[in-house]
Amino acid sequence: MEVEGGSRSAGAGEDRTIPIQSGQPMAFFQFTQQNLPACKPVLTPAWVITACLLMGFIFIPIGLVTLRASHSVIEIVDQYDTECVPEVHKYMKAPIYIYYQLDNYYQNHRRNQIPNVVGFCLCICFDSKLTPRYLPESNHGLPIVPCGLIAWSFFNDTFKFIRERTELMVNRKNIAWKSDRDHKFGKQVYPFNFQNGTFTGGGSLDPSIPLSDQEDLIVWMRTAALPSFRKLYGRIEEDLDEGDLLEVHVMNNYNTYSFGGKKKLVLSTLSWLGGKNDFPGLAYVFIGCSSIIISIVFMLLHVKNPRAYGETAYLSWNRKSISG
Amino acid sequence: MIIFYVQYRFDVLGLHEFDSVRKRMSVVVRFPDNSVKVLVKGADNSMFGILAKDSERNDLVRHATESHLTEYSSQGLRTLVVAARDLTDAELEQWQRMYEDASTSLADRAQKLRQTALLIESNLNLLGATGIEDKLQDGVPEAIEALRQAGIKVWVLTGDKQETAISIGLSCKLLSTDMQQIIINGNSEEECKNLLAAEKAKYGVKSSDGKKNSSKSKENTENNHLEIPNDTKSSNVPEGCSGKDEVNASLALIIDGNSLVYILEKDLETDLFDLATSCQVVLCCRVAPLQKAGIVDLIKSRTDDMTLAIGDGANDVSMIQMADVGVGICGQEGRQAVMASDFAMGQFRFLKRLLLVHGHWNYQRVGYLILYNFYRNAVFVLMLFWYILCTAFSTTSALTDWSSVFYSVIYTSVPTIFVGILDKDLSHRTLLQYPKLYGAGHRQEAYNMHLFWITMCDTLWQSLVLFYIPLYVYKESTIDIWSMGSLWTLAVVILVSIHLAMDIQRWIFVTHAAVWGSIVITYTCMVVLDSVPILPNYWTIYNLAKSPTYWLTILLIIIVALLPRFLFKAVHQHFRPSDIQIAREAEMAFHEFMLDMALRRHLVVKFCDEFQKAEFAPVIERNGWH
Repeated sequence: MEVEGGSRSAGAGEDRTIPIQSGQPMAFFQFTQQNLPACKPVLTPAWVITACLLMGFIFIPIGLVTLRASHSVIEIVDQYDTECVPEVHKYMKAPIYIYYQLDNYYQNHRRNQIPNVVGFCLCICFDSKLTPRYLPESNHGLPIVPCGLIAWSFFNDTFKFIRERTELMVNRKNIAWKSDRDHKFGKQVYPFNFQNGTFTGGGSLDPSIPLSDQEDLIVWMRTAALPSFRKLYGRIEEDLDEGDLLEVHVMNNYNTYSFGGKKKLVLSTLSWLGGKNDFPGLAYVFIGCSSIIISIVFMLLHVKNPRAYGETAYLSWNRKSISG
Repeated sequence: MIIFYVQYRFDVLGLHEFDSVRKRMSVVVRFPDNSVKVLVKGADNSMFGILAKDSERNDLVRHATESHLTEYSSQGLRTLVVAARDLTDAELEQWQRMYEDASTSLADRAQKLRQTALLIESNLNLLGATGIEDKLQDGVPEAIEALRQAGIKVWVLTGDKQETAISIGLSCKLLSTDMQQIIINGNSEEECKNLLAAEKAKYGVKSSDGKKNSSKSKENTENNHLEIPNDTKSSNVPEGCSGKDEVNASLALIIDGNSLVYILEKDLETDLFDLATSCQVVLCCRVAPLQKAGIVDLIKSRTDDMTLAIGDGANDVSMIQMADVGVGICGQEGRQAVMASDFAMGQFRFLKRLLLVHGHWNYQRVGYLILYNFYRNAVFVLMLFWYILCTAFSTTSALTDWSSVFYSVIYTSVPTIFVGILDKDLSHRTLLQYPKLYGAGHRQEAYNMHLFWITMCDTLWQSLVLFYIPLYVYKESTIDIWSMGSLWTLAVVILVSIHLAMDIQRWIFVTHAAVWGSIVITYTCMVVLDSVPILPNYWTIYNLAKSPTYWLTILLIIIVALLPRFLFKAVHQHFRPSDIQIAREAEMAFHEFMLDMALRRHLVVKFCDEFQKAEFAPVIERNGWH
């Protein structure tokens, strides 16, 4: 409901002074009268062309830099079933990261989030003095630590790397997030009653090592986002030369064959951008080139069909009267 | 009371108020010489019926009065007829008894008072006629002209005589002398029917089916009500809405309340509707309050047009309430109309600003806001939906529950609100200067089916981009579900904010604070949420913020998602500009021109300052520069 008093200046087109109520600061008055100083951008062809060109000139270098970073990463992917012999085709500088990759494995399935995500049942486990009724799962009436479907399906393939008959040292420390180690998985919590049931889903855990040191478990428990994912296994702290032949002794324990999953071993160096992925670089370059093409096209269109800026003859009623 | 400089004392014994059934009011007064008279004033057709019949004097006075009335009403004065009678003691006593009884009764008081009035309002001696000049308010002709240019049809409904109404219409430029006037004054149903049919045939008015939506395109029209001649009602039908002849544009229909009685009660409504909507102006005189509401209903029930009724008296209340928008003018006739209305204002001319400026702004804002809200929610939900394809169709959400809740409440609500309140596409000066810009509302340019589906297609594209780009960037990598969720949360918030930013037409500091502030708040909330150890997404954002891939992905998402929209907008605005776009550009050009002039003036003054002021002072003063 609006009540306009007689003192409001109305549409006579001239500005009469509007009386300001005393005690109101000017800024507040301007706000309530919707009279604040404003910037009114209008999209002119000049702006469009400039924006597209700018985008092009920024994106293409970013894309090229990203592509270069991606190409500098050397990655060896080897799917293994019975044997695994990855061949090093280029010089790889230490540290070399070892990942195991699983395909067609839905770790992000909703069943894994029951009971109410990982953190819940593990955090409750902080204080082992808690009575068992707080722990959601139980086997033979005893609580299971760690609980949950993801923990139960713990990946348990192991890899041993042999180069020229000497075993390569694989650093398996510091592979999980530091925040997980320090805060998510308790230092006083030990695995208990784990994989004791009739069905074994995956690997078992050493009950004498606290959960915060069980880095494999921590890495595994970090739910992957996509059905095809990698998880860090360890690091090789030595350089690998071109042509090196690595023999990998695999303890192939993990059963992915029942659901058509694939297991792969990945050896990769990392750049500032992460692993090998050409997509961001290509996308940026593509978008950059498209922007430049678009700006050229737009410029040509504008030159061919110019429209005078702000010309009131183009208003629909004026146009109608012109065309009769 | 002072009559000819002598003070007299009159006792008012009773007052019968004006009501619309009797159409008169009377007062019983004891004169200083102890005689009791009843004085009655009212409309001419109700007064002539209660005069004493068999008096020669009355006939003479009556002729003189009638000629005066015609003269006054053609000058546009509002006329009243005054009559009086002496009351004998017996009559006075009887009346007083009935009056006391009626005014204190609990049931049917109005009826009893009316009967009491009828007792004394009879056999009156005619005294004469009065004419009052009811001055037109300031700015009424300009307001009506502007409303007509905006495509709003203005109808006038008044209780005055036909001549008064026509002369008022001419003076406020509603009627012009070159208009063809169709006058319907019928006394019976047959006569009305014939008159309507004859006029329709004469001007070639096509009949509608009598169903709703006789016009092909649904358009907004408004009914305006003119205040002065006792509340006029205006109905708006956009010009040329049903492809009618241009010749009909200069028709004016004048119809009186008597004919309306027959028309509104029977099946002649359709004929009246066809005729009225093909006329530019409709003037109804001698209309009773309920008939005013009936005419509004005539338009409302037959078309999708919007009706607005504006009035200032108690007799306009039913009309104001019947119309889609009711405007009351708080004026001399009290606040009855104001209390029943949706909008109240002080003068009629404010209606121009209410409709052309605020009506236009609010339409644009609401239309855009609806589309934006659909988009904002749909893009979020669709993005979550596409993820289901990657989770074996189990409904896992990559976003934390907190983020999902906060999205609508904190992350994206504030900019929406501020844009909906504060954004303006054109300044009020431009809107008032070009009333035809109002037609954008009639043509449904801010919200229509076409626009809706385009928005939905754009939403689909943006949600696909939002989902698939991170998918390809992080394919076969170690990304975990909560990091992905964090990426999506921030990306979607930045995306919808920048989408809004592309459409904001008027940036003030509050808008800047709302839009960019909400992005900052989103990031802050995410940091806070990721610092709570209990939650599963603990420390996610800290890890991600260090990774350049994260930021590059977000940038890529924004650009790819918004590029089609940006190009579409640019092409559309350049090659097929809407009226509002052209008006905006004209405004900007004018603004730049004024700045230019001001700058030059400033430079000239500075130049003058450098030299001796005395030399140039007369020059400055003569040209009015300061």
